[in-house]
Amino acid sequence: MPGFVLRRILKSVLVVLAIVVCNFLLIHAAPGDPATVMAGQSGAADPQYMEQLRRQFGLDQPLTTQLWIYLRGVLQLDLGYSHRQQAGVAGLIADRLPATLLLTGAAFLIAIAGGVTAGALAARRAGSWADSLITVIALAFYATPLFWVGLMLVLLFSVYLEWLPSFGMSDPGLALTGPALWWDVARHLVLPAVTLGLFYLAVYARLTRAAMLEVLDQDFVKTARAKGVPEGRVLRAHVLRNALLPVITFAGIQAGQLVGGSILVETVFAWPGIGRLAFEALLARDYQVLMGVFFVTSVVVVLFNLLTDVLYALIDPRVEVA
Amino acid sequence: MNLTRRNLLAGAGSAPLLLSAQEALSQGAQPKRGGVLNIILNPEPPILQIGVNNQTPTLICGTKITQGLLKFSPSLDPLPELAKSWTVSPDGLEYVFRLQENVKWHDGRPFTAEDVIYSVMTFNREIAPRLRGVLSGIGEAAAPDPHTVRFVLKQAFQPFLLCFDATALPIVAKHIYDGNDIRSNPANARPVGTGPFRFVEWQRGNFVRMERFDDYWKPGQPYLDGILWRVIPDGQSRRLAIQSGQVQMTTATDIEPFDIPALRQAPNLNVTTRGWEYFSPLFWFEVNHRVKPFDDKRVRQAMSMALDRNFIVNRLWFGLGKAATGPVASTTRFYEADAKLPPFDVSKARALLDEVGLRPNAQGIRGSFKYVIPPYGEIWNRMGEYFRQAMRQIGFDVTLESTDAGTWGSRVANWDYEATSNVLYQYGDPSLGVERSYVSSNIQKILFTNTAGYSNPKVDELFAKARVAATEADRRAAFSEVQKILVDDVPLLWVVEVNYPTVTDKRLHNAVQLGTGDHACYDDVFLS
Repeated sequence: MPGFVLRRILKSVLVVLAIVVCNFLLIHAAPGDPATVMAGQSGAADPQYMEQLRRQFGLDQPLTTQLWIYLRGVLQLDLGYSHRQQAGVAGLIADRLPATLLLTGAAFLIAIAGGVTAGALAARRAGSWADSLITVIALAFYATPLFWVGLMLVLLFSVYLEWLPSFGMSDPGLALTGPALWWDVARHLVLPAVTLGLFYLAVYARLTRAAMLEVLDQDFVKTARAKGVPEGRVLRAHVLRNALLPVITFAGIQAGQLVGGSILVETVFAWPGIGRLAFEALLARDYQVLMGVFFVTSVVVVLFNLLTDVLYALIDPRVEVA
Repeated sequence: MNLTRRNLLAGAGSAPLLLSAQEALSQGAQPKRGGVLNIILNPEPPILQIGVNNQTPTLICGTKITQGLLKFSPSLDPLPELAKSWTVSPDGLEYVFRLQENVKWHDGRPFTAEDVIYSVMTFNREIAPRLRGVLSGIGEAAAPDPHTVRFVLKQAFQPFLLCFDATALPIVAKHIYDGNDIRSNPANARPVGTGPFRFVEWQRGNFVRMERFDDYWKPGQPYLDGILWRVIPDGQSRRLAIQSGQVQMTTATDIEPFDIPALRQAPNLNVTTRGWEYFSPLFWFEVNHRVKPFDDKRVRQAMSMALDRNFIVNRLWFGLGKAATGPVASTTRFYEADAKLPPFDVSKARALLDEVGLRPNAQGIRGSFKYVIPPYGEIWNRMGEYFRQAMRQIGFDVTLESTDAGTWGSRVANWDYEATSNVLYQYGDPSLGVERSYVSSNIQKILFTNTAGYSNPKVDELFAKARVAATEADRRAAFSEVQKILVDDVPLLWVVEVNYPTVTDKRLHNAVQLGTGDHACYDDVFLS
């Protein structure tokens, strides 16, 4: 196992470096540059102004020089400096990362816990009205656009019922600290986390149900029942455990997206996360920030892929890591 | 406004009167101390120091921190701000400003004439692209005493005073910027000004917090304890936030025009379109004159005649503006009411195109071109769709192209487009905000220059004459003539004089009083 992990990490470093170079070239291939965007937003420009900006942003250097400077920085774990926002990229990302991790983490838990439970319930009573209900609801959430679900939840819970705030991560006007602040953040978290979680919840429910139905038909389940193992234990220990592989595969993919966040949900709920940071950086051609976010997310995706592979082996001894 | 020398000289005396009358009129409620104003900040700007960044949200937010020497009424009369009075010499060359006393920077240092001279002669001359030409025309800048500044121009420039609004010529602290690189100065992240509110905290993507500056130079003001700028990137979420009272104000393009009729009906909200007189944004469709047949003015005339401007104002902008009649907005000085575009007339437009020789084929198509939609919101898409339909009426087949800000900017700047649209501010005077789009000396590969490539020596000459003319009458004559030429040449298809809506909670008072509207410093704004 340690040898496997080590080899995978080495490969991953190469993959991440290749991603960095690809990102750099792709981003610079997009038309326009940060100076043009700044001029467009400011409503006025002249040659001196454009030249000042391009010099300040380092755009007057040849592309290969810019790439070399960036790569050298990344190898030293220095993600560079956003001239547009006049702040270090690592700091900008670090400021936004907790918000995103909180949102996507909460959504992840809601999705896994709710999805596996719903899927198991449906599989246990396959063909019953409860199964149909769960399947239909899961399909509806799976098919509905996220931003629409978000807006409808806001209309219901913020506008009509006035139970929950509709935007932001906390109420800065209250200047709260300690447990009161956590409670406030939790209240703000409910709607975006549920919105983001519902889609994945539907996916997990469908995956779990299908996988469990498949396993339920197998001989070892019949054997277990024949031995007189209680039905609850059959489902948990024999069926669910064997049905979890596809769920874990998907959870690995979703976990990789934890850091990337969700641009849509962050936008609708004004959640100050990293997805919006990346999206806005893309629109503003804030190259350094964009590459920084890509770098961090690609590292996380690679790490979670590795983690998923290890988890496979732990849950299902038949899978070998080699 | 009648800008004679006598008026300018009298300006100092009459301004306070004007202000108090205006304050009395707009209030009705007694100012009350306390409360925090929640207001939407959108899109979130990268920097809050005016000058270093000049996006609309930066200007609206930054004007609460950074002030100018003057501010302007809706009829564009100068009113005192950091300058308490001013005089202009009869030859229009010498401007003397007397500054407010007891003004402090947010870091506690006193504000003096040296700060003004540094801001005008160094800071803004270095980084303000729009005013670089005007500021290079200052021959001499002196501070006879710590509260007096004297500027001597090389050549008379009548709209000089109009440049002293905080949005155009922000006054910054010399002790912070002098000797350091302006653009990368660390102070840009925590702006220090003389305004009623001081910068406290900025959680990017979330909010900007400002607090009342206790040493503000107007005793007893500001009334608000602070301002919280909430970043809400989604248009519908912004609408819900103002409707539910979670924020008390939205500005500029925060709310899409199609949401405005519903908000006008909301019992807790006021909607006003006043407060854009100083900027007078003018929306136009732009065609690239280097592309045939747009080089033919009859084609442009026909295209202009195919646009139903009243329909656009009422059905697309939901009344947030006025049909444009020419290159100068009606709220801008020297607007010539007699220079009017020919009215909406599709059959006349078709006849004109027939005359040019652009005959329709069997499908009724005379030609086709592409239109690049600027990526600044839903209204821009709708304007593009309207344009396609209107052009189809006269036989042009238009393909719409979607872009993002970087692509749009670089394509227009590099003249790599056939048609697009744009909005430009007019800044109160044609020499400041109109001339730049038409004179051939400003045909450059840069946004907001004469990117269409229009060129007419007579127009160049008249704009040049009006720029330096010593008397208002001479300027008026030149501007009137140039407007008549332009409405005949139709270099750009002017459509709407845009008045962006400011939506305020009914508990909020004095949010829009000046010609710069929500770009005021808000020392007199209060919540009841």
